[in-house]
Amino acid sequence: MTPMDFLLLTKGPLFSLAIAIFALGILIRLFEIFALGRAHNYAAARGNEVIPGLKTMYRRFNPDPGTFKRSTFDVVVGTLWHVGFVIALLMFIPHIELIKSTLGVSWPGLPNPVVDAVTAITLLGLVAVLIHRLTHPVKRFLSTPQDYLIWAVTFLPVLTGYLAYHRLINPYPLALGLHIFTVEIFLIVLPFTKLTHIFTAFVARYYNGAIFGRKGIQS
Amino acid sequence: MTQGAHSFSVERGLNAWREEIDAPVAAFFSSCVHCGLCAQACPFFVETGDPKYTPIHKLEPMRLLWEQEFTLWGKLKKTVKDRVDAQLGRAPKPLITDEMLEEWEPLLYDSCSMCGRCSMVCPVGNDIHYMIRKAREGMVASGHSPEGLVAASVRAVNTGSPMGLQWKTLDVQIKHVETATGLEVPIDKQGAEYLVLLSSMEIINFPEYLEAITKIFDHAGVSWTLSKTCFEATNAGIQIGSKDIAATLVQRVVDAAEQLQVKNVISPECGHAYTAIRWEGPNAIKRAYPFKVYHIIEVLDQLRADGRIKTEGKEMDRLSMHDPCNLARKSGVVQQQRSLMDLVASNFVDLKEHGEFQWCCGAGGGVSSNERAEPLKLAAFKRKKAQIEEVEPERMVTMCATCRTQLEEGLEEFNMDIPVVGLTEIIADHLVEKEVENKKAEES
Amino acid sequence: MATSKTLGESLRQHGVSRRGFLKFCAATASMMALPPSMAPAIAQALEKARRPSVIWLSFQECTGCTESLTRSFSPTVENLIFDVISLDYHHTLQAAAGDAAEHAREQAMNTNAGEYLVVVDGSLPGPNANPGYSTIAGISNYDMLMDTIDGAAAVVAVGTCAAFGGLPKADPNPTGAVSVQDLVKDKPVINVSGCPPVPMVITGVLAQFLTFGTLPELDEYGRPRAFFGQSIHDRCYRRPFYDKGKFAESFDDEGAKAGWCLYRLGCKGPMTYNACATMKWNGGASWPVEAGYPCLGCSEPDFWDAGGFYKALSVPTGSPGDVLLTAGAVGAAVGVGAGLMSRNQGKQAAKHHDKVTADQLEEKL
Repeated sequence: MTPMDFLLLTKGPLFSLAIAIFALGILIRLFEIFALGRAHNYAAARGNEVIPGLKTMYRRFNPDPGTFKRSTFDVVVGTLWHVGFVIALLMFIPHIELIKSTLGVSWPGLPNPVVDAVTAITLLGLVAVLIHRLTHPVKRFLSTPQDYLIWAVTFLPVLTGYLAYHRLINPYPLALGLHIFTVEIFLIVLPFTKLTHIFTAFVARYYNGAIFGRKGIQS
Repeated sequence: MTQGAHSFSVERGLNAWREEIDAPVAAFFSSCVHCGLCAQACPFFVETGDPKYTPIHKLEPMRLLWEQEFTLWGKLKKTVKDRVDAQLGRAPKPLITDEMLEEWEPLLYDSCSMCGRCSMVCPVGNDIHYMIRKAREGMVASGHSPEGLVAASVRAVNTGSPMGLQWKTLDVQIKHVETATGLEVPIDKQGAEYLVLLSSMEIINFPEYLEAITKIFDHAGVSWTLSKTCFEATNAGIQIGSKDIAATLVQRVVDAAEQLQVKNVISPECGHAYTAIRWEGPNAIKRAYPFKVYHIIEVLDQLRADGRIKTEGKEMDRLSMHDPCNLARKSGVVQQQRSLMDLVASNFVDLKEHGEFQWCCGAGGGVSSNERAEPLKLAAFKRKKAQIEEVEPERMVTMCATCRTQLEEGLEEFNMDIPVVGLTEIIADHLVEKEVENKKAEES
Repeated sequence: MATSKTLGESLRQHGVSRRGFLKFCAATASMMALPPSMAPAIAQALEKARRPSVIWLSFQECTGCTESLTRSFSPTVENLIFDVISLDYHHTLQAAAGDAAEHAREQAMNTNAGEYLVVVDGSLPGPNANPGYSTIAGISNYDMLMDTIDGAAAVVAVGTCAAFGGLPKADPNPTGAVSVQDLVKDKPVINVSGCPPVPMVITGVLAQFLTFGTLPELDEYGRPRAFFGQSIHDRCYRRPFYDKGKFAESFDDEGAKAGWCLYRLGCKGPMTYNACATMKWNGGASWPVEAGYPCLGCSEPDFWDAGGFYKALSVPTGSPGDVLLTAGAVGAAVGVGAGLMSRNQGKQAAKHHDKVTADQLEEKL
């Protein structure tokens, strides 16, 4: 197989396969959650559920000062690489083209040197959180092989993207093919691992906010 | 009742979990990325440094059940595993064993006061304490709940009080209060506005509470009553984590309130009693109440707002306040106690993290009824101690008998000379005396 | 054959000045990534070089590559170099025809055994394909190639068809076309890809062979790194617009008029390695991107099949939108089904709920 064959495979059938597994899997996961439902609550509510629920979906991006002080590394580096990942994913022009061709929506991108710098920071952040996971007593204790797996499948697309952009893998079709291929692995793995948090965290936050909100507390 | 069918077992525990797993639980388990931030929010972890006390880890057995039985992916994995086992001719390994639950019992009971602080900080939004409460259902049904809580539950159901306290003990106190105040303590008064409940711990340790509300309600002209058939507000069923026990106990309150046809029920200075009656009770008995439920602090603050409480003089010493988790974070009562403090304290300082972000005293969620948890309870208190040391108050004020006992014992343990008082009592101490008030009215 | 004349003599005879010749040598040096100080050495070597014998085989091709090389609008050193090699066999350019032509090829092979260069343009039906798809003088392309390269010093595959199969090999490849490097394993093969290749790249390779008697350093695709070492994208004068995020959205919008980046119109510059952006075409007059047209990626293998010419490089070739919708709909349905099953499990559990009583608890004490 030539590098171009590989690129065409990843851009064509493999991409369709990955996106099919991703869409199928994640929607199964989400609807599985929603279909479980919640028992009727007979207790008289003190507050609203919906508004605090929606607020909590956003509020958990900003940790309380105590948590920031006690877990500064997690908050700073965690936020940094998550934001970097999203910027690289959604603001890089070739990615926007891909989204436009798939979903039909598009938006202006960021200049490449900006995305490049953000990607470099994201890579460093991901390496840092891996080291943190391996050394922090609580994280090391909690970590299962799946935690390291999802780290790897998250790291690889960013790394290969960075290498492809800087042409550190040759020939280019191979570099681009590897990048797309690692993204496909990410998409395929996502619904079957805790990478689902990309979607379910917002569901979880909503429920958290709604449960507390009903009792009159903005969580 | 057949012995076999009703004995506690792993299967019965798992069945209880199957009943408990709902959409939020599924969303929470789907979202955890093992970041470990919840550990930093838990006094039991912070003060011991032992990673096994990380809140989300306490739910691992229930998570295993959810994954295997409530996700398609888990079911597929199980099918494959079973096939492989059948091929190799070996017995399938059970997912959750008795030994596992035994190992988790201290994690779910001794090292968790269900304070809910972890639920406030989880970046993916997991309400961990919501799941701990559910997990305890399975622990009870599988026979893995601490002896202290089992005994308290049995006593509560059989005697009406988790401490085995009888009406006659309370009756002696009522007489004492009536003598001291010269006021009547109303009992079984039909159609009263408020049914007042008490907690056994209060009756034994803090008799001044009953005297305080007698004075305040007389001062404010509130129509209230005690009930002879049900004076106990606490609910051991909530602490041990059994809806069935909880329902039995809540039903007594509901029956008493309905029988006396009161409009409102007042939960005493006790945190879990309030959440038990206010939030869990209606769901345990599966119907809405025909009356409203208030914590005494809510009632007092409403009386203050309505101008029905008149106070004179203020406490001059430096006071700080401990928010009971059940009242503040878990019930949304945060401002009320501060408004009341403003009424009677001139030198009040809040702890740095308070209200919905306060730290637990370490004794809630049944930890104080669980003798085995003593060392952990004291360890967790160190977080509160550190908070108190930060603001150096001369006295601490709180509004939960369990918190108050824990603060008193803990401060004594560390030789800190900081008395702890109940907010209701301070209010009662500053009431404008009736005669004076009447005289003033006459003069004007 | 006039193989005795040196290149220097031949050039002077054609009226190329010393100055023009040195300029060519300097350009060649820079293209080969040699320091400018090497230019005199190149000049000296070229002057003394003897005209090598070249056999040019044209198979499944369109003659575009020959056109590119010969149709310069004014005489240049490049095509003079082309004049001064001893082109002993070339369908399009030679006067001889039929048996005489084939005879010329055989004679060149015999006379220069082990020294001649074979230039191939066009792909050819592979050994397993029907040879009838392309024959010359009744000889299948395959047989002619294998026969001719036997005594060759090296093979230069000119154009993307010869280098990678090109258009004939494009899906569904009805003739079973393959590239030269697919067949030639025991001789050095230099791929000068492009559809057509930049003329100076062809002459540059020949110049190096004449100068040093060596073959250029090659990239992963067997192309001279000196010419194919950088992507169109990296050397494109419109690159700053790409970096700033300024794109032409259609061929006639304001962005297109302002000369913004053509990525969104399907430019394959980022994956294409060629010298167009630096050497340009038609004597340096212009090149496709400068003319407002996205790079097709013609110097890359399988560029015909690499997604649409007007689809951005990052756009998948299938229809992922439909896949997403279909799979999503199925997923939602399966998810609801699975969820309801789980929910039922909870309901069944509630049915089997065994009430916890104080009596049962008491037994534990």
